Amino acid sequence: MYNKTIAELAEGLRSRQFSSRELTLAYLERISQHQALNAFITATEDLALKQADAADAKLAAGDAEPLTGIPIAHKDIFCTDGIRTSCGSKMLDNFIAPYDATVVAKLQKAGAVMLGKLNMDEFAMGSSNETSFYGPVKNPWDLNAVPGGSSGGSAAAVAARLAAGVTGTDTGGSIRQPAGFCGITGLKPTYGRVSRYGMIAYASSLDQGGPMTRTAEDAAILLQSMAGFDEKDSTSVDRPVPDYRAGLTQPLDGLKIGLPKEFFGEGLSSEVASAIEAGLAEYRKLGAETVEVSMPNLKLAIPAYYVIAPAECSANLSRFDGVRFGYRCEAPADLTDLYTRSRGEGFGREVKRRILMGTYALSAGYYDAYYIKAQKIRRLISDDFKNALSSVDVLMGPVAPSVAFGIGEKIGNPIEMYLSDIYTIAVNLAGLPAMSIPAGFASDKPVGLQIIGNYFAEDRLLNVAHQYQLATQWHQLTPPGFE
Amino acid sequence: MEWETVIGLEIHTQLATKSKIFSGAATAYGAEPNTQACAVDLGLPGVLPVLNQEAVNMAVKFGLAIEAEIAPYSVFARKNYFYPDLPKGYQISQFELPIVGNGHLDIEVDGVTKRIGITRAHLEEDAGKSLHEDFHGLTGIDLNRAGTPLLEIVSEPDMRSAKEAVAYMRKLHELVRYLGICDGNMQEGSFRCDANVSVRPKGQKEFGTRAELKNINSFKFVEKAINYEVERQIDLIEAGGTVVQETRLYDAAKDLTRSMRSKEEANDYRYFPDPDLLPVYISEAFKAEVLTTMPELPDAKKQRFKDQFGLDDESTTILTSSRETADYFEALLAASGCEARLCANWVTGELSAALNKAGQEIADSPVSYDRLAGLLKRIADNTISGKIAKQVFEAMWQSEAEADEIIEKQGLKQITDTGAIEAIIDKIIADNPGQVEQYRSGKDKVFGFFVGQVMKAMQGKANPEEVNRMLKDKLHG
Amino acid sequence: MSLTADEVKKIAHLARLGIDEQDVPHYAEDLSGMLELMAAMGAVDSENVPPMAHPLDLHQRLRNDRVTERNEREKFQAIAPQVEAGLYLVPKVIE
Repeated sequence: MYNKTIAELAEGLRSRQFSSRELTLAYLERISQHQALNAFITATEDLALKQADAADAKLAAGDAEPLTGIPIAHKDIFCTDGIRTSCGSKMLDNFIAPYDATVVAKLQKAGAVMLGKLNMDEFAMGSSNETSFYGPVKNPWDLNAVPGGSSGGSAAAVAARLAAGVTGTDTGGSIRQPAGFCGITGLKPTYGRVSRYGMIAYASSLDQGGPMTRTAEDAAILLQSMAGFDEKDSTSVDRPVPDYRAGLTQPLDGLKIGLPKEFFGEGLSSEVASAIEAGLAEYRKLGAETVEVSMPNLKLAIPAYYVIAPAECSANLSRFDGVRFGYRCEAPADLTDLYTRSRGEGFGREVKRRILMGTYALSAGYYDAYYIKAQKIRRLISDDFKNALSSVDVLMGPVAPSVAFGIGEKIGNPIEMYLSDIYTIAVNLAGLPAMSIPAGFASDKPVGLQIIGNYFAEDRLLNVAHQYQLATQWHQLTPPGFE
Repeated sequence: MEWETVIGLEIHTQLATKSKIFSGAATAYGAEPNTQACAVDLGLPGVLPVLNQEAVNMAVKFGLAIEAEIAPYSVFARKNYFYPDLPKGYQISQFELPIVGNGHLDIEVDGVTKRIGITRAHLEEDAGKSLHEDFHGLTGIDLNRAGTPLLEIVSEPDMRSAKEAVAYMRKLHELVRYLGICDGNMQEGSFRCDANVSVRPKGQKEFGTRAELKNINSFKFVEKAINYEVERQIDLIEAGGTVVQETRLYDAAKDLTRSMRSKEEANDYRYFPDPDLLPVYISEAFKAEVLTTMPELPDAKKQRFKDQFGLDDESTTILTSSRETADYFEALLAASGCEARLCANWVTGELSAALNKAGQEIADSPVSYDRLAGLLKRIADNTISGKIAKQVFEAMWQSEAEADEIIEKQGLKQITDTGAIEAIIDKIIADNPGQVEQYRSGKDKVFGFFVGQVMKAMQGKANPEEVNRMLKDKLHG
Repeated sequence: MSLTADEVKKIAHLARLGIDEQDVPHYAEDLSGMLELMAAMGAVDSENVPPMAHPLDLHQRLRNDRVTERNEREKFQAIAPQVEAGLYLVPKVIE
């Protein structure tokens, strides 16, 4: 049962082959069986079964919503009313969110059953899930390797079949890179496509929630219920949501794929390069044409990102002050002591590093040299994308320069860790939609192929991904030991 | 040495919206602590701000009223600092691109009109309140006020005396209330003032080092605080010291200003554009629409009262001192159909005095304009004299009766029956031959004696003009 | 460009972030490494490039001035570290 896709499960539930309760129990059983993966921070068994029973009643009454009875899980960055929402941090270990994020409410309304909350890098800052207060998540394909991050718990849960589909968030690659490392499908929508309300902010102008699933078709199904205008989010875009599933079947004849040469240069491991090359060959077989494009400012994406994201996060995380919610230090001597110790003890090292960086970049005397400069670079990068996408339909390249690295391998060297996001970060600066889909293996670990589209062209991306998945089997493979 | 004072004011006006600037929580004053602080106001993780349309309308309205440039494109920024009444650890404000740019306001001091420049006015959110009552040595935080829209109005350092500063503040207070964008309630903190004060030797071009005075929330305190501070700075410099740039708190109880150490340390606010909010665009069409809701402004109204009604400067100043007073006057004029002069005299005289004595606002006047109109009509048609009218007004203040009822009930109608007046006059002339002799021998002053006697005998109800005329006729024989 | 230990402490204070004394040199090293990475931006001529704060060139939307929120104090304060009489409590604020 748990090996089925969301599309298949929905069919099975409707034709009463199994009930949502049976399905939910099966997933809960797996979650408890595979606790060693550390994919979940909180499992919500009772709530899940209650929702499953309600779903079964709806199914019996014949008024099912698109996701009625489908067990999913949320990255623990989405606020869930009455349920701990930790954001992977000691700071929020005791935080019972008093409201639902818009994404959570929408998926619940669409009938989904919530299995629990997924592990992640602390406040979504990290590329390996090792910065989580709750410990690293293991990659189901290699238990000694990281699942990627920051949505590492999300990616591992889908790869290990612990949930039919999950939510993730992507600020600099946090959906795509773990999807790539775990051999699943991940979609970061256009900035503004999915509401950020209730999604704990890391870098507000870059953060975007999206689906992580086994197939592009499932991503289309989840996105359909997640996307749309939200009056509570000023940056959400009031624009109709197309029927994502309807567009999947379009053939790829004449599709023009741009290959940014900067994605294939120095630093890309040769085994990842050959897997990507094979993926591109498959696309050519499907009728697509590939052309080289250039985005000269891409190399500046990491420097610009590590000014902008920390600057925004330094302010976004000021609200964690030990006054109204979250961690408060023992016996503060005075107000300053309350602040510095609550924050000093509640935040982990990577979060502190970024708060310090951002505070510095915004401080008097450095603002122009760092923050304004980075915003200018951001425009140059965005213009590079616009130019490239004016002559092709989509861009393709690797998601990451290597496959999943070992737990502990890079955590001691933050700069090296940052550089592993080289292919994903620029997309967030531009605000474009992008996907990662499984495209083979290197050293027995999955390789992700990245597809980048134009603003609000999620339907086209999903179509391009789906056609590839009709022709290949990579997305069907289950990690050994999790069949 | 002769010193010159230089003052600039920063005035925070709470905009009179129903809901907060970035959330749907109520802004009403005086609620139980934290019952009007919603998830957004508390800065809960994950919440986002959405801008209140009315706050923007009001800011634009203000900008148009001071003939300022309205920014076609303005941006909200985060001002970062830690304080327990600031839930997010940053205040959403405007920094580089405020919604209202350069404008001005004319003030009048000692009969001289002076133009005060307004540098800018920007939208921002108010903070909560720290309550220092003793909670076992702790401070309590109430966030009901957090997120209330503020328009911070920053003047140029154009004022040269505490008196000018007060005149500017009063003028601004009057304006925002005319515009209906702020209730102006200073006790409740709806209209708050910080003053930047410095001194320099007369004739010097450069400004002296300024101190920022906080917490001066009444016209009286502004004047006192500035005067104290000016003296302090002059004394300091003359004693060989130097003024340091700092924030000082006015202590009204002791009538002095003192340094606020807590606000001093490294205020590096790290402003940057708030990524949760997008730029605000104000189109010409938007401005035109706001203009249609613009009321007649105080200066224009005052001029009109002079032109249209022929009223003098003193009474028009009082009549236009608030929109409510002006509205009352015009309503009274329309309802009574009396002369403007009579209406003006009553509003600025009897009514104002009674309101002052009772400590009431004209909007809540116990004698409404239509009841007062009923009274003025009886003066105009000579039913009662001005003196009796004051007696009737007093009775109206105490009851809900109409003027006519009171006149009727108390028998205050003026006696216009010349036969009755004549009989009384004849009797008084007959009873006082000595005074008649004096008058006839040229002592005009005695005439008042006769008037008094007649009015007394008639309980004040005789028409005074009639009495005068008839007395003269009779005495001249 | 590199940061000294003192600068790190100054920024940490601005951010009200407690850092163990023995960690200060590590942060100084990490932040200096990041600044080195950022130095690449300096080589780009961006004088006439307008800064980009948002991915999409959109206007702020305005909401109607309506009260939509009700009192949820009890729920919100259930997760607060210290409250009394409806107030959040903090160490004494000295002005």
